[in-house]
Amino acid sequence: MRRIEITLNGRKHSHEVEDRTLLIHYIREHARLTGSHIGCDTSNCGACTVLLDGEAVKSCTVLAAQADGQSVTTIEGLSGPFDGLSNVQEGFRQEHGLQCGYCTPGMLMACTALLNENPNPSDGEIRHALEGNICRCTGYEMIVNSVRWAAENAGGPK
Amino acid sequence: MIPAPFTYVKARTMAEAHEALAKHGDEAKLLAGGHSLIPLMKLRLATPSVLVDIASLPGLSGIRQEGNELVVGALTRHVLVERSPEVNRLVPLLARTAALVGDPQVRNRGTIGGSVAHGDSASDLPVALLALGATFVATGPTGSRSITAKDFFVGFWQTALQPNEILTEIRIPVTGAGSSYQKFTVRSQDWAVVSVAVAGDAIALGAMGEIPLRAAAVEEALRNGAAVREAAQLADRDTSPSSDIRASADYRRHLARVLTEDALTDAGR
Repeated sequence: MRRIEITLNGRKHSHEVEDRTLLIHYIREHARLTGSHIGCDTSNCGACTVLLDGEAVKSCTVLAAQADGQSVTTIEGLSGPFDGLSNVQEGFRQEHGLQCGYCTPGMLMACTALLNENPNPSDGEIRHALEGNICRCTGYEMIVNSVRWAAENAGGPK
Repeated sequence: MIPAPFTYVKARTMAEAHEALAKHGDEAKLLAGGHSLIPLMKLRLATPSVLVDIASLPGLSGIRQEGNELVVGALTRHVLVERSPEVNRLVPLLARTAALVGDPQVRNRGTIGGSVAHGDSASDLPVALLALGATFVATGPTGSRSITAKDFFVGFWQTALQPNEILTEIRIPVTGAGSSYQKFTVRSQDWAVVSVAVAGDAIALGAMGEIPLRAAAVEEALRNGAAVREAAQLADRDTSPSSDIRASADYRRHLARVLTEDALTDAGR
């Protein structure tokens, strides 16, 4: 066991974890934030995507111990000017970027990371940026539209 | 899946890392980005009892030019190799190949040294680095040695690295020669079913055997004046591709020939 300190969605947390605890299990079972999903558990599907020091990572393939001292943002940490939702969240609502919603937390975090780096991506750049996130419902078309909506409305409600 | 229990040790200096390796021998594994090792541990294909995290060792991440070599620190993450103006200018093949590793999340964590040390013949960077004639610098408790890419990969997931050595640098000759990396995948983020790298006169094949291989028969045919299409037909000679969930061995042989022609053409041959 070891004690780790992680700034989770802006708040400092301190927990005892096993050395082998994965970051996704730390987030869901220790910090009790269950918005981030476990999909494939093999670093393929992207449902567990969170931001680690601002970068999108698959939290099923990071040890909690590796994130000690770093900051993590999960879906629960997103907020913004659209009745409390961020532009990316509102974009998925406006453009129907989800059906079952299982992949959505990871999609939103990957899209948030993309737009932080590249506020005005082309459709091709959006598709490449989402190569690590699998959706079995939408066919991706609506997700690309959602990201484009988010990019166009980054400044808040018009 | 959770990995089997292990003890996590964070090394803050090279000396601490060597100390941990000396103490635990081959029971210990080095952890950098963890994007090859942690998946294996979750599948219990690797069960080290100690993980020595070297990700924060100073001086092992970064890109610089030294004479006619590009020097990439082993802890340099794929995303930095992919975007580095120096890599794009001096060894564009390396930048283009790094951009095809996994997906953005994987490239944010995975390191060039980790990919090389894992030694998977279906990984992208070992294939490109073999074609580029790279040299790998391994640092042991008493000093460093250089290992050529040709001698580095020795078997399935096995490299010439000793249990007490740490891969510290990847050195790549800057030649300006035409190059290409062709990767065939089932899904965009996946490992290569087959991949082919061309750098100047060198041609390397991925997933056509237990280790990345040079396509020696193609290289020789080209030296003797064969046309690209004709030479590429020899790409699967002396290879031993496996049949698995992604493809049959015969299909891999076919892909090797097609991708070799594509890569040679793309490289301007």
